[in-house]
Amino acid sequence: MSLVKLTGIHKSYGDNEVLKGIDLKVNEGQVVALIGRSGSGKSTLLRTINGLERINQGSIEVDGACVDPGQSDLRALRLKVGMVFQQFNLFPHLTAGQNVMLAPVVVKKQSKADVRTIAEEALAKVGLADKFDAYPDQLSGGQQQRVAIARSLAMKPRVMLCDEITSALDPELVNEVLAVVRKLAEEGMTLLLVTHEMRFAREVCDTLVFMHKGRIAEQGAPEEVFTKPATPELAQFIGMVTER
Amino acid sequence: MAYSFDFPAVFDYTPVLVDGVVLTAALTVVSTVAGVSIGIAGAAARTSGVKALDTAVGVYVEVIRNTPFLVQLFFIFFGLPTLGIRLPEWQAAVLAMVVNLGAYSTEIIRAGIQATPRGLIEAGESLAMTRAEIFRHIVIKPAMKKIWPALSSQIVIVMLGSSVCSQIAAEELTFAANFIQSRNFRPFEVYFVVTALYLGLAVLLRWLLARFGNLVFARRAARA
Repeated sequence: MSLVKLTGIHKSYGDNEVLKGIDLKVNEGQVVALIGRSGSGKSTLLRTINGLERINQGSIEVDGACVDPGQSDLRALRLKVGMVFQQFNLFPHLTAGQNVMLAPVVVKKQSKADVRTIAEEALAKVGLADKFDAYPDQLSGGQQQRVAIARSLAMKPRVMLCDEITSALDPELVNEVLAVVRKLAEEGMTLLLVTHEMRFAREVCDTLVFMHKGRIAEQGAPEEVFTKPATPELAQFIGMVTER
Repeated sequence: MAYSFDFPAVFDYTPVLVDGVVLTAALTVVSTVAGVSIGIAGAAARTSGVKALDTAVGVYVEVIRNTPFLVQLFFIFFGLPTLGIRLPEWQAAVLAMVVNLGAYSTEIIRAGIQATPRGLIEAGESLAMTRAEIFRHIVIKPAMKKIWPALSSQIVIVMLGSSVCSQIAAEELTFAANFIQSRNFRPFEVYFVVTALYLGLAVLLRWLLARFGNLVFARRAARA
C-alpha cells in the first residue's frame, strides 16, 4: 500500500503544460530523489504534493488524504506532508524555537508546554539544541535550513518534501544539511527530494526518478539508473552532472 | 515698532489651553487606535484576494485620500444631520479623524503586507495554516514593523490636522487659541504659545510612537 499515490497529474501555466501526466507511487520509508534538468517539472511536481501548486487533472493521495483539481481545503493533506524550501523561509520575527513551535500551537492547538518539548527535541535532532532562542538572521544558512527541517518535523508529517534544500547554501554548509536528511532517511522517514546533489542521491535514495519535459522518463534504483540509462536524455543528463 | 509683548495675557487663560491640549491629545489617541485598526482590517481586505472587498475598500480609500479633510469634517458635522445623524462636535471630530486615518493607514499597511516574501506565506501554507492564521502569525507583525515609521508620520499628521476641528467648534487646542485671542487681542502671543504647544505635542507623540514600536516589535525569547 503506497503512502503517496499520484495519478495522472497534469499541470499547466496558461498554454505551457509543465506536467504532462505523472503517475508515481511512494511507499512508506522510501527515499525518492527527483532529478532532471531545470524546467523538467520536478519542483512543480513536488509542490503539487502539498497543494502549493494546484493541479489541472489527476489526483493526489497521501495516507488517505485525497486532493482533486480545484479542491480548496488542503488542510488534511498538509497535515501529512512537510516541506523544506530552497530559501529556508524561516519566519524572521520569531526565534528558531518559536519558528518550530508556531504551527503545532496554532494549527494543532497543542499546549505550549508540550510543544516546547517537541520543539526542543526537533532542534536537538538537527543538532541545534543550543539555538532555541536565536533569530534566523543570527544563524548560518546551514543552521537556518536545519531549523526549517525541525519546523517541518514538529508537525509529525508522514512524508517530507525537500525542494533543492542545499542549492542556496555555501558549499561548506551543504554537508551538515545532507547529514540531517541522511539521518531522517535512516530513521525511516518517507522523503521526496528534488536535488542536484547526485552523489547524495546515489548514496541515500532508494529510488531515482528522472523527469524530462514534464514526464517521468525513467525511474529505478540509483545504481541501475546511473549505470544503465535506458533513454538518451538520461544518458546525456548523467554525462552532464558527472562531468563536474 | 513699539509693540510690547505680553505673554502673561496668554497664561491668564492657562486652564483653557490645558483643556485644548487634553482634547487634542484625546482626539489623537482615540483616532489613532480606531484608525489604525481600520487600516489593518482595510489592508487585510485589500490583500484578501476577494475582488468585491478589495474594490469596496479601494473606493473608500480613494474618496478619502482625494478630498480635503475640512470638507470631510463639514460633511459629517453639517451634512449628516440632514439624514438625521446629529453628532456633537467632538464625536464628529473623532469620526472624521478615524475615517481619514483609516484610509491612509490602509494603504500604508497594505504596502507592508505586500512586501511579505512569498516564501514565508508558502511556508505557512505547507504547515497547514489557514489564510487567517498566516496573516495573524506570519504576515502582520513584520509588515507593521516595516511600515511603522511611515505610519507614525501619518499619525502625527492627523494629530496636527485635528486643528481643523476648531472649525466645528470642537474645543481642541486651536479652538482654545482662537477663543483666547478673541478675548485678549494678543494674536502673536497666543499663536506663538500654541505653535510651541503643537511642536511639543508632535515631538512627544513621535517619541511615544517610537518607544511603542520598539516595545512591540522588539525581539523576545520564547516563553513556555
